[in-house]
Amino acid sequence: MPAHHRRRQVFRYLPVLPAVLLLLVFLAGPVLWAFHASLTNAGLTGRHARNPEWVGLENYQRLLQDPVFPLSLALTVLFVAGSAVLGQNVLGLALAVLMRRARPVVSATVGTAVVAAWVLPEIVAAFAAYAFFSRDGTLNQLLGRFGAAETDWLYAVPMAAVILANVWRGTAFSMLVYRAALNGVPAELTEAAHVDGAGAWQRLAFITLPVIRGSIATNLMLVTLQTLAVFTLIWVMTAGGPANGSTTLPVLAYQEAFKFGDIGYGTAVASVLILIGALFGAAYLRLLREQKP
Amino acid sequence: MLRRASKTVSLVAAAVLALAACTPGNPADGNRTIKVAYQKTDSFTALDTMFQDAKKEFETANQGVTIELQPIQANDDDYGTKLALALRSPSTAPDVFYEDTFKVRSDVDAGYLLNLDSRLKGWGDWEKFDDGAKEAGKADDGGTYAVPLGTDTRAIWYNKKVFEAAGVGLPWQPSSWQDILDTARKIKASSPDVIPFNMYAGKGTGEGTVMQGFYELLYGTGSGLYDPESKKWVVGSAGFKDSLAFLQTLYKEKLAVAPAEALDPNIWKKVFGEWFPKAKLGATVEGSYAPSFWQDGGSYAWPGYGQEMGVAPFPTQNGGAPGAVSMSGGWTLAVGAETKQPDLAFNFLTTALNAKNSLAFTVASSQIAVRADVAADPGYQSANPFMKDVSGLVAVTKFRPATSDYPRISAAVQEATEAVITGSRTPEQAAADYDTAVAGIVGGDKTIRK
Repeated sequence: MPAHHRRRQVFRYLPVLPAVLLLLVFLAGPVLWAFHASLTNAGLTGRHARNPEWVGLENYQRLLQDPVFPLSLALTVLFVAGSAVLGQNVLGLALAVLMRRARPVVSATVGTAVVAAWVLPEIVAAFAAYAFFSRDGTLNQLLGRFGAAETDWLYAVPMAAVILANVWRGTAFSMLVYRAALNGVPAELTEAAHVDGAGAWQRLAFITLPVIRGSIATNLMLVTLQTLAVFTLIWVMTAGGPANGSTTLPVLAYQEAFKFGDIGYGTAVASVLILIGALFGAAYLRLLREQKP
Repeated sequence: MLRRASKTVSLVAAAVLALAACTPGNPADGNRTIKVAYQKTDSFTALDTMFQDAKKEFETANQGVTIELQPIQANDDDYGTKLALALRSPSTAPDVFYEDTFKVRSDVDAGYLLNLDSRLKGWGDWEKFDDGAKEAGKADDGGTYAVPLGTDTRAIWYNKKVFEAAGVGLPWQPSSWQDILDTARKIKASSPDVIPFNMYAGKGTGEGTVMQGFYELLYGTGSGLYDPESKKWVVGSAGFKDSLAFLQTLYKEKLAVAPAEALDPNIWKKVFGEWFPKAKLGATVEGSYAPSFWQDGGSYAWPGYGQEMGVAPFPTQNGGAPGAVSMSGGWTLAVGAETKQPDLAFNFLTTALNAKNSLAFTVASSQIAVRADVAADPGYQSANPFMKDVSGLVAVTKFRPATSDYPRISAAVQEATEAVITGSRTPEQAAADYDTAVAGIVGGDKTIRK
């Protein structure tokens, strides 16, 4: 009976209802709110705080004329490409491959060291990185032993410092994903290639990587989206400075919305960030779908 | 299976508990509870002490009323943000709160503050408050929305040991910018490892850059940020360029700290905690509250500060009248516009600011008194050796233009100083950038060339 059948269909989806509701309230809700706010002149204080006016696309027009915006966009791309796509992803894969060959003791030690940075709460990791790179920090003390002059890393090369810090903090995730993926590569395949005379690099390039390409795409998507949203690390280390030299989009959005109290403009920046994340997400999802036979 | 069930139950229980903890108070007794929001940090506990005392006093006198203290652990900027966020919704807005004087006007515009005019009329103590300080609590409509807690001034703090070692005559009183440079060069020549004369600059130190630095320069040139007569922002002034050029000289000749160090938001901790006590810094521009860090119980207790430190008014550019410049800020207490118990909230405010509590707070935080009876108290006058000097600066002090555009303008000024001290722009270029930025913020028709 169709009515009976339909009821069963409803019951089947009942268990996911709470999750869907939570997603709607805590994910879709804020996203829609942010988008709506970006079309108003809402402020943190002043006369538009409680009674914002509809301004249409004015905030987005302002964004296009803001000299900081292209810089911030470029820095965000640099940060994501440098620390997520290249740094965490490649380093994570390299570690996972090497750990399979290493002795158990070495592999366990390296694994613990890498995962330790991942276990730290973001704020703690950020302070640790600040303490490492700052003027009187660990890095300068180590270099000082070799007679190197003191350098203000966070001032001289702020982007390099935050990218390295984010690689340090996030590589564990990629490493764990790739370790699990490598365990799933059938041993017969690599052995057969070995027998056929393929070298280590060839086996990696023609056997291992194609087999785990699904995991690569998933991992890339997750670390990209996570890195796009990194705020605490940069805020603690450089606060976006010097002279906006490390102001990525999340930092810019925070500054505009909370430091200058311009919530409308800040949420416009955030909306652009959401859009970029959505584009990346869609691209990776497409990539994943193509993997499936 | 059973174990998983119990895990789920405990997770749910934890979530429920966490949610319950977020719920602001029990609505049943909400009417008789006064929520008080204020700032508290490791180095600033005087206000917390004042509210603890006032809470006891008020709860004893008003049975059944609960004062719910909500200290916010944050620096000035973050406190302002958190307070503004809480004020946005009536369900989280505090009944009484600690409010920066320069936010009063924009928060009144936002409808966050209760007009106190009728209630202040019935409060006998109100006439003891200084008239100048009362202005800080007024909004554009002329009504009073906040009661001042205390004020401050800015002056040059200098280390006598460093000055003596360089052969500078004491007490030091520079009469022009040139005097400052001459003295700083003299110190540099005799003690190369000492920072002769530092002034905050750049975005790292935020409002500190402008309040303890740039404005002392700018207002000493006869120029200003804002022209109150035309209600327009000043652009293209020679004073602005001269002030930037002075900073450039200080940093270029290494009379101040290295630019990288100047941009560190924590540099003020080194000034108070390390460089002055260790005689590594000749002088800097800082607030009248400086002794609160050094006195007994302060975060950088330094018994010798009374003998080793000296204070001098910041001179005008060429010594022109009135001879000195100072900036004032200060904080107030305000009542939330949406409070359900306005009378009770106002009564608590008057308890917190009565003569006894005001005196204790003013002394503990090295504030400048705004109540005549506190100012006349011997305990206040002898609170620290510099009280008389810094209180005297009230005569020449200036206030920030507290409009809602101000935070952005201030950021543009900070950016200009940063560009100059890092050498990325000349003073002329940085001033031109500032003019463009101001026109972008307030609109070209709200600027005036002076």
